[in-house]
Amino acid sequence: MNKKKMTLHLKIWRQANAQAPGRFVLYTVKDLSPDMSFLEMLDVLNEELTKKGELPVEFDSDCREGICGTCGFVINGVAHGPRRGRTVCQLYLRDFQDGQTVTLEPFRAKAFPVIKDLVVDRSAFDRIMAAGGYISVDTGSAPDANSILIPKEVAEAAFDAAACIGCGACVAACPNASASLFVSAKIAHLALLPQGQPERHRRVLKMVAQMDKENFGNCSNHGECEAVCPKNISIKYIALMRRDYLRALLAK
Amino acid sequence: MALWPRSSVAKKFLNGLTGVGLTLFIIVHLAGNLLLLTGNPDDFNRYAHKLESLGPLLWLAEIGLALFFIVHIFSALSVYVDKLRARPVRYAVSGNAGGASRKTISSQTMIVTGLVLLLFVPWHVASLKFGPGVEEGYVAIVDGLLVRDLHSWVIEYFQNPVHVALYVLVMLLLGLHLRHGVWSMIQTLGAYHPRLTPLWYTGGVVFALVMAVGFLVIPIWIYVNGAKI
Repeated sequence: MNKKKMTLHLKIWRQANAQAPGRFVLYTVKDLSPDMSFLEMLDVLNEELTKKGELPVEFDSDCREGICGTCGFVINGVAHGPRRGRTVCQLYLRDFQDGQTVTLEPFRAKAFPVIKDLVVDRSAFDRIMAAGGYISVDTGSAPDANSILIPKEVAEAAFDAAACIGCGACVAACPNASASLFVSAKIAHLALLPQGQPERHRRVLKMVAQMDKENFGNCSNHGECEAVCPKNISIKYIALMRRDYLRALLAK
Repeated sequence: MALWPRSSVAKKFLNGLTGVGLTLFIIVHLAGNLLLLTGNPDDFNRYAHKLESLGPLLWLAEIGLALFFIVHIFSALSVYVDKLRARPVRYAVSGNAGGASRKTISSQTMIVTGLVLLLFVPWHVASLKFGPGVEEGYVAIVDGLLVRDLHSWVIEYFQNPVHVALYVLVMLLLGLHLRHGVWSMIQTLGAYHPRLTPLWYTGGVVFALVMAVGFLVIPIWIYVNGAKI
């Protein structure tokens, strides 16, 4: 294992709050282990800043095992950084060169206003979910697990879409700041299952309408979203969303 | 349902649908143009005359085509305006994640290549279709009929190196537009298939190349061969 210590130069976007203008600040962090995660490296930087009496760099993180969707910012122009299929918390310093300058920016979209530094407000996603990303079920005792039979292929296809952790990297990476990958994954996840059928048309119309209301851009099929998605969610779900949307519109 | 949709998905759908129509149009257009290279001026003049003699049918087709252009342009502009609004603060560093990304120079310049084509089309139609005809003496006899000698005018038109250079440049940009446009319109219409999508993604590149080369070879050929053809 490579135990050589590394140094990184970080150009980090610092912004006090949503209204304040932001700017890049250069930090150098020394004596880093290549086996550290990227967020651990930021923890080290923040310790140093705190000791010096400066404000630490704000960033979001929770589980730090790539499954919660809390973390995420843009590293050298790519959301979640240079490795495919992982969140920024699952990124390690061995993917960087000793002495490299790394630029850290928050996800940039009108729908994701910066709260502070690298932290953005992704509640637009919550409002899209509230608009239709659910199924309505009667309360009462839990239904029998096998009362609705679902073929394994269908269950797996639905799960591929349901793997979306809602991190927002798709929006960040999209040249148009479109939320199509997120919204389509959520639509597809339910549209592929029998439980999602009764509200299928209503759901796609409402979720797309809310997506537009939140000021996300339109989809130009750049496919950059799929490339940065930590869960490798395919743009095939965007095609599915479009088919479903058209069907719902014609049925209206 | 209003005539002009408000939702992003519907607007993009119109863009894809009109894209399909315009793509089919340029295929037919290129096939017609290739008649310029047969060595017999009658072939092209006969074709042009047959088109013109369709009368009201041709006008209908032309109005339809114009509508396709207009809807394609407005839906594209709406995507572009939404994009500008959706990211008011731009990234300092922009990257390409590679892998599954289809972000290319072509996909990122659709609005530019599209606007160049928008400027090109009226100039192109005015100088060739509405160029000099029978009244100006461009007359040919084809199959015993007195028809407009569009062939001679096209040959004459492309003796000007500036015209040739501009056409070649615009056709290269058309190729760049089609390189993303062809696969993108299929995806926009909701057609995705794990095996077919890579096929039409690559097929789109080949198609773009064939169309660009097909169109730009004609003015070059005419210029190089001079008034001989």
